[in-house]
Amino acid sequence: MDTLKAENVNFGYGSHQILKNLNFEMNNNQVIGLFGDSGSGKSTLCKVLTGFINDYEGNITVNGQKHKGGYNPIQLIYQHPEKVMNPRWKMKDVLEESWMPDDSLLDEFGIKREWFGRYPSELSGGELQRFSILRSLNPKTKFIIADEISTMLDAVTQVQIWESLLTVARKNEVGVLVVSHDKNLLNRICDDIVYLADITD
Amino acid sequence: MSKLLEVEKLSISFSQYFKGLEQRELKVLSDLTMDVDDHEILAVLGSSGSGKSLLAHAILGILPSNAKIAGSIRYKGKEMDDELKEELRGKKISFIPQSVNNLNPLMKVKDQVIGYTESEEEKQVLVKKQREIFNQYNLSEEVDEMYPFQLSGGMARKVLISTALLNDPEIIIADEPTPGLDEQAVEETINNLVELKEKGIGMILITHDIHTAIETSDRIAILYLGYVIEITDTKNFSGDGKNLLHPYTRSLYRALPETHFELTEGHQPSYQHIPKGCPYHENCPHQVRECHYELPELRELNGTVIRCFNPLVDGE
Ligand SMILES: Nc1ncnc2c1ncn2[C@@H]1O[C@H](COP(=O)(O)OP(=O)(O)OP(=O)(O)O)[C@@H](O)[C@H]1O
Ligand SMILES: Nc1ncnc2c1ncn2[C@@H]1O[C@H](COP(=O)(O)OP(=O)(O)OP(=O)(O)O)[C@@H](O)[C@H]1O
Ligand code: SF4
Ligand SMILES: [Mg+2]
Ligand SMILES: [Mg+2]
Repeated sequence: MDTLKAENVNFGYGSHQILKNLNFEMNNNQVIGLFGDSGSGKSTLCKVLTGFINDYEGNITVNGQKHKGGYNPIQLIYQHPEKVMNPRWKMKDVLEESWMPDDSLLDEFGIKREWFGRYPSELSGGELQRFSILRSLNPKTKFIIADEISTMLDAVTQVQIWESLLTVARKNEVGVLVVSHDKNLLNRICDDIVYLADITD
Repeated sequence: MSKLLEVEKLSISFSQYFKGLEQRELKVLSDLTMDVDDHEILAVLGSSGSGKSLLAHAILGILPSNAKIAGSIRYKGKEMDDELKEELRGKKISFIPQSVNNLNPLMKVKDQVIGYTESEEEKQVLVKKQREIFNQYNLSEEVDEMYPFQLSGGMARKVLISTALLNDPEIIIADEPTPGLDEQAVEETINNLVELKEKGIGMILITHDIHTAIETSDRIAILYLGYVIEITDTKNFSGDGKNLLHPYTRSLYRALPETHFELTEGHQPSYQHIPKGCPYHENCPHQVRECHYELPELRELNGTVIRCFNPLVDGE
């Protein structure tokens, strides 16, 4: 079993303290929901966990090890996939930068091969989000941090995306932290729900 | 009540070049017809990429220059040409944009919400109103002085909504006002929208947030692949949804986490290959023979406007 642990984490933007003595733990067989007020620091925590913010105090570890260079086993998926893709790369390159999934996985996510030759701007939000999820499912990934990844999607696409993501995550034993303001959604897909206020001072 | 805004047979297409030479028309909105009264909210739902934002941009006159537009958009019975669109934009017609990239990254939040005013007196009134709206949304005075990059997702959304509330519009076009808002802010927004409606404003509310649509709107229009496929009374989005007649609308309702979270297979086809016949037939479990050959016309059935040969009339 793999364990993701955040111990005594403190972080602020300048003098503006956001995360105060945060402690959190999950394992790779869990799907955990993270809930909390707007502006309370959920996205900030996601960036801390995945190393996009690194000037924090405290420890983030997987099985007791801090991440030092190389592929990060904790991967972040954002609400807006277009913001983190190179607009001049074709979709095949966007995906291959991480890894190339086999055909059955591409089909599971409804990825049409004709899309490989297109640029990010030539796909809809739902289609792009499928790519960014698949990109994060590199076999070396142990945890996925999903920061409001389905709020911009229609309800039908939302179910499809979660169904595919959680099927693969369970199969590969990848833990998923789901950030959302939609309590009904969290109740549908999570084993447990954590309030940000309960894990900080 | 009178018709504030009427959209009739609106089509939008882009010309795109393929492999450098071959030019093709990409029709992204097809013969769209809908209208809004004063004191009314028309919600627009639909699949991602079905043309909802483009509809909003067409009404406001802010489509990119390579877009071709056909059909008619009328404001109080008067055809809206580019000049009239520009005259109304930001004044009689307010816009809440979908993308938080619409905030100016170099301008403090407070200054962009208030906008440019010449008279000091007018400015004071706006400053006061801005603070009231921000208070409602729990945006502290510190936030007034922040730049957009310092805002969380939900805070940026609140700033966009506040901008539209500050003006005194007759029509509001709201493109996804609620994603990323917490429960309390969503309730606040719902109250604001209903209050505006009671004051007489007519609104097009584009959203994936069906809860907000249900709480505020009178009618709901559903789009798929650039077509209106159903316009129904909001009250039909309740219970087991048996009065929702179009198969896609029914799937959409049953996919909600608060109803069944039911999985429907299949994705919206590409605009490069709009299927012949009904735009939904590739994924429709209810299809009949003509669905493959003919485009169903919009028609009225049980008080609902629908585009379907074989609607779910008996509550299947
Ligand atoms: N780059 C930044 N510089 C300064 N302050 C920031 C920055 N990014 C975020 N903040 C502040 O940090 C706080 C937490 O923001 P964060 O984005 O983590 O909230 P959140 O819980 O994800 O909110 P939401 O639910 O609205 O997305 C907010 O008060 C915000 O103003
Ligand atoms: N400038 C453009 N050139 C070519 N195609 C475009 C352009 N702008 C939008 N489209 C396409 O038109 C279709 C409709 O886009 P639109 O943004 O209106 O969708 P939407 O219904 O608002 O989707 P969402 O719910 O994801 O916001 C999409 O397939 C999109 O890729
Ligand atoms: S017209 Fe036919 S294919 Fe289209 S939604 Fe109706 S039954 Fe389904
Ligand atoms: Mg956030
Ligand atoms: Mg849109």
